[in-house]
Amino acid sequence: MIWVAVLAGSLGTYVAKLVGYLLPGEMLSRPSVRRITGLLPVALLSALVAVQTFAVGQTLVIDARLAGVAAAVVALLLRAPFLVVVLVAAITAAVLRAVGLAS
Amino acid sequence: MRGSGRRLPHPAGYGPFVPILDMEPPHRRRITSNAVGIGLATGAYALSFGAISVASGLNVWQTQTLSLLMFTGASQFALVGVLGAGGGAIAAILTAWLLGARNGLYALSLAPVLEVRGLRRLGAAQLTIDESTAMALAHPEPVAAARHAFWTTGLSVFVLWNIGTFAGSFGASLIDNPASLGLDAAIPAGFLALLWPRLVDRTMWAVAAAGATVALVLTPLLRPGLPVLAAGLVALAASWLIGRRA
Repeated sequence: MIWVAVLAGSLGTYVAKLVGYLLPGEMLSRPSVRRITGLLPVALLSALVAVQTFAVGQTLVIDARLAGVAAAVVALLLRAPFLVVVLVAAITAAVLRAVGLAS
Repeated sequence: MRGSGRRLPHPAGYGPFVPILDMEPPHRRRITSNAVGIGLATGAYALSFGAISVASGLNVWQTQTLSLLMFTGASQFALVGVLGAGGGAIAAILTAWLLGARNGLYALSLAPVLEVRGLRRLGAAQLTIDESTAMALAHPEPVAAARHAFWTTGLSVFVLWNIGTFAGSFGASLIDNPASLGLDAAIPAGFLALLWPRLVDRTMWAVAAAGATVALVLTPLLRPGLPVLAAGLVALAASWLIGRRA
């Protein structure tokens, strides 16, 4: 099942890239097309942040992940590069668990 | 694979407002070295993608296939994130597709610049991502500079993204319990870092807040993966509202 997701997902994202080279350029002047492609990543990424921070299956919990994400916000405000942001979140969560302050 | 979404397309008549650096004659070597720099930066974050993917339950080969074939960061993170959360293949595929749709818009704006046909078009399509698009559109004149910027950035990111992915996934595959290293907290932090540069105005903040709220409210009610897709409807609703107001 993972392979199906990997291959079908890759095929679809490639088709999206290719279609842009085949469609007439006037599509670009349609404001609705530009607006939706700009807004979709924002809605989906913020939903992913929320779900991956709070969800375990279908329940919502507060655990060490929230502290990790809070630390990531601080790193982003300090303009840290991507890898540092991710590392700060991971280390924060790992340390809180190691000392028993969070699950 | 982040950042440039809000600066499309670059109109040709922009001349006087383009920063002075872009007005100088193109220096192939400077473009090339910038391209390598961007490749190194994305390669570093491919390390975290590789590690997170393995922590989400994919193996090293599946992870590498994503970086070779999908090759668009947000979609890759989303696919492994949804699979890791137990969301199932269909929700994972749809989320990755929706996040990858913006690359089609990049391709639309690059097509008249690159003028590629045949095999080169197939290759250009695969390299059409945030970074290569931003670099090409940042060097609009002459067209040779835009093309050089696109190809060098695309190839440099492709190579280093794949090397980084392998290093990250191989490293993580040696670890017994990735959650003990806080990798489950690294996943939302990665999405947040991808989201951050897109929060450029109040509309984007509002859409982000609404998307997160919808997903959390629906989490207890729907199978994992579906709440995130439902948040995509927020983008459609917001687009419709903005269009009506305009």
